[in-house]
Amino acid sequence: MELAFYASALVALLASLGVVTGTNPVHALLYLIVSLISVALTFFALGAPFAGALQVIVYAGAIMVLFVFVVMMLNLGSDASAQERAWLKPRTWVGPSILAGLLLLALLGTLLRGDVARVIGGTSIDAQAVGGLLFGPWLLVVELAAMLLLAALVTASHLGRDAEPDRASGGES
Amino acid sequence: MSWWTPELAAIVFSVLQALVILLAVVLLGAVMTVVERRLLGAWQDRYGPNRVGPFGSLQLVADMIKIFFKEDWVPPFADKRLFVLAPGIAMATLLLSFMIIPITPGWGVADLNIGILFFLAMAGINVYAVLFGGWASASKYALIGALRVSAQTLSYEVFMGLSLMGVVALTGSFNLRDIVQAQEGLWFVVPQFFGFVTFMIAGIAVTHRHPFDQPEAEQELADGYHIEYSSMKFGMFFIGEYVGMVLISALITTLFFGGWQGPLLPPFLWFALKTAFFLMLFVLLRAALPRPRYDRVMQFGWKVCLPITLLNLLVTGAVILARAS
Repeated sequence: MELAFYASALVALLASLGVVTGTNPVHALLYLIVSLISVALTFFALGAPFAGALQVIVYAGAIMVLFVFVVMMLNLGSDASAQERAWLKPRTWVGPSILAGLLLLALLGTLLRGDVARVIGGTSIDAQAVGGLLFGPWLLVVELAAMLLLAALVTASHLGRDAEPDRASGGES
Repeated sequence: MSWWTPELAAIVFSVLQALVILLAVVLLGAVMTVVERRLLGAWQDRYGPNRVGPFGSLQLVADMIKIFFKEDWVPPFADKRLFVLAPGIAMATLLLSFMIIPITPGWGVADLNIGILFFLAMAGINVYAVLFGGWASASKYALIGALRVSAQTLSYEVFMGLSLMGVVALTGSFNLRDIVQAQEGLWFVVPQFFGFVTFMIAGIAVTHRHPFDQPEAEQELADGYHIEYSSMKFGMFFIGEYVGMVLISALITTLFFGGWQGPLLPPFLWFALKTAFFLMLFVLLRAALPRPRYDRVMQFGWKVCLPITLLNLLVTGAVILARAS
């Protein structure tokens, strides 16, 4: 299982690098999909098949489809890739890279000091365990997230609504 | 024969089993292309293809020879990598989904604990085949087809998952073997009738079969997302559609009609008969129903099917809780 974890983690890293350095937006999205699927595989390797399946269904299967959907309609041509190339100049990415490098150092420090074997190869967590936790100790968080999503839904429905026909035509009565 | 241990035998047996199932599914998909045309003919008072071989039985061979020897052409304006990748995704995701289907008590590729979720994940990834195929073709018709299919599939996948949750709640497991065993006394089509109806509709929509074939709609889009494809690349999309049909039929059989269970006949025959029945139903729907307008399809999904599945899940949950207490 450790081999599967490191292999899929490597794929996830390379694919994420492809997302950042690619100049064609649709190809970048393809890399992002691969990256999300390999993250799902790391979940499987860690013994969380339920989380892995949800990762593929929700992120790779639903959210990314919407991203691709939008980018497909933009009809980005050679101008867009020229702009992308301009953004890849060292002056732009050096600052963020240093910050990300610091985060990496912190992560490596914690990993090296902690017990890695305890994290990888643990017990398998199934859907029932996840559901029990979500609707037990974390019920409040779930309810808050549900309210947030409901608010987003109402907003989207309001923005997407057509104007009422009688008001738009100036009101004949 | 010291190296021929029981473990090795088990591995070889399961690999062979997986290969047999794979081949059978692909062949069944190919055979369905001809069976469908003959059945459509029968239902529409005409002959259908009946010239090649006795009763047109060799039509499939003729079709295969033709499609294999066509020029495999990639349009110069296409995005080559994605153009080649798309038919592969179409075929692979659907074939992988067969992994979770238990055919008989002893046959089946994998016994996954997240069975149904695996199918939903593969169905989710399958959308990219059409999306990338349509976009990479760089053609107006293909792009419109791809846009339609992504919107349609996303809408119908939402309640496809929900329609199955009633079955999962009754069984208490995502595992398809457990689901079949839970239907020992009563098929789930009785307590989960609305789940069955909505899953069937969603299944047709996700495989974009008639009457939900707006993405392909010959009359308006000249075949939609695979218009630029030729030869076996087109063949993979084409067979993929039929493999999807077989998959949805097999899933309906497993989830709502007791899988291999039935009196007298051996388990495999029951499974095959039930699956064949739903395959016929798919074809009959195509023969009988006209294609609705695209916006009506979307409205039907969100305003009729989604509320039904939610209510179904609510009532199922209430009944389970009432029984438990």
